Amino acid sequence: MPEPEILIRAHDLTKRFGDFTAVDGIDFELRRGEAFGFLGPNGAGKSSTMRMIGCVSPPSAGELTILGKDPRTDGPAIRARLGVVPQEDTLDVELTVRENLLIYGRYFGLPRDLIAERTASLLEFVQLAERADDPVEPLSGGMKRRLTIARSLINDPEILILDEPTTGLDPQARHVVWDRLFRLKQQGVTLILTTHYMDEAEQLCDRLVVMDGGRIAAEDSPRELIERYSTREVLELRFDVADHEQAADKLADVPAERIEVLADRILLYVDNGDGALTVVRGLGLEPLTSLVRRSTLEDVFLRLTGRRLEDG
Amino acid sequence: MTASVLPSRTDLPRSQLAASWDMSVRAFRFWLVDYRRTWRGSIYSSVLNPVLYLGAMGLALGRLVDQHGTASIGRVSYLAFLAPGLMAASAMQTAVGESLYPVYTAVKWQRTYQAAASTPLRPGDIFRGHVLFTAMRLTMNMTIFLGIMAAFGAIRSAWAVACLPVAVLTGLAFATPLDAFAVTQSKNDQAFNVIFRFGMIPLFLFSGTFFPITQLPAWIRPIAYATPLWHGVALCRALSLGTVDVAAALGHVGYLIVIAALGLAWGQRTYRRRLHV
Repeated sequence: MPEPEILIRAHDLTKRFGDFTAVDGIDFELRRGEAFGFLGPNGAGKSSTMRMIGCVSPPSAGELTILGKDPRTDGPAIRARLGVVPQEDTLDVELTVRENLLIYGRYFGLPRDLIAERTASLLEFVQLAERADDPVEPLSGGMKRRLTIARSLINDPEILILDEPTTGLDPQARHVVWDRLFRLKQQGVTLILTTHYMDEAEQLCDRLVVMDGGRIAAEDSPRELIERYSTREVLELRFDVADHEQAADKLADVPAERIEVLADRILLYVDNGDGALTVVRGLGLEPLTSLVRRSTLEDVFLRLTGRRLEDG
Repeated sequence: MTASVLPSRTDLPRSQLAASWDMSVRAFRFWLVDYRRTWRGSIYSSVLNPVLYLGAMGLALGRLVDQHGTASIGRVSYLAFLAPGLMAASAMQTAVGESLYPVYTAVKWQRTYQAAASTPLRPGDIFRGHVLFTAMRLTMNMTIFLGIMAAFGAIRSAWAVACLPVAVLTGLAFATPLDAFAVTQSKNDQAFNVIFRFGMIPLFLFSGTFFPITQLPAWIRPIAYATPLWHGVALCRALSLGTVDVAAALGHVGYLIVIAALGLAWGQRTYRRRLHV
């Protein structure tokens, strides 16, 4: 098999804002055709990393090579080959859907007829064709997101950068966005995205890094990460608030690889959840609810950082 | 790859200047598309504004002034004295209107600047594109103003045609530093009110627009001399009345060019700091 082509290479990449270090010497590589994710809570340094990759934020230290060029000196040439979906929408809400794509395409110096051609197919792709001549303002959050994605593709980018693409969307709108991103991935578009949703990372990413406090805690495919840092199954127990502490003490006797005592639940990391539940009941403990589930990236994150993703 | 890539420093076939111009024009087009929605309304005010001012102040108030003798304004009708000064002041107003809030909206509320910054455009291109659009709006408004001045019979010399570029330049001497300043505002827009109340309104009243600044106390005159508006007013008036002194004219133009150029250099920095953090 040929060596995969490296599109982005970061070594000891650092971003400081005054005394605050947002990104603290990270290393990673992005290969052509893959979907690469940064999973971490708010404030982990994900957006700062994306902005450095987007060539709108000069690195404070370290090396960053994008498409073989240096963002410090070749920013415009690199940006011409990137597509960017920022965390907050930057659409002109007073203009129409079509005008937003026109203006953006013109920024890239594309001729009008090419923009018109691409606009038609991109709006079809993001299911906004019938809204082409409507103003952006009244569109729903999900529609605006899809329009931003269409806009980011107007220059036929080699790398698509998505910073928290579905944050703030309702579940249904998120699934529509995921579906579109999954199709892009199948078309061979290289994706690099940040998220604090573990299901988003699991569904979309071939490979991901877990980021926390400006550093990379682990890197692998979602499945490998779960295998390496968690058990096959997780037994979730919920006790009466009064019994919570006591139960946690007693559970130390259950043969589990690891026990996490959260504010509202106790997690037992085991290979056989039902077997563990039998042991728990054998100890005379009667949880209010019990749930046996597969391990997820959330468990990986908890293991690596001691915190939950949504805690931020 | 079909996108036309901005030449990087290493493979730049054209001059930097040509590349910058091309990129600035791309940013300018954004404002042009944006303006297609609002141009009608803007034309109404561009016409109504000079008509009301020249009618009320130039003709009505002017009759009163003219009856009391016009020695202090150079023995011309008040209308002929006032109109070119108002033209320069109107250029300032247009420039302020196209600078403070539009810049703030683009960087803070709508973030269209940030959208542009993720394309090949550089912060300086985004800035210059905005300045180009302001120059276009100034040219439109000042052409209308000059036409209305002529219709009111307020022009005394063919040199008045040169009021157009001078007024546009006066506007740019306000637009470039105000753009550069507005883009730095990240928390709120309160500073703009201060600029309006303690900057624009006093300038409007005391830069020689309505009366010669020799009427002002001597100690305050140097402040008027330092403001771009006075230079614009003085030169437009000299052109319109046909009393141009070449050395003074060059001084006025030179001063306005320096202020506009300083604003361009400052904005290059402030836009980069805001958009490339």
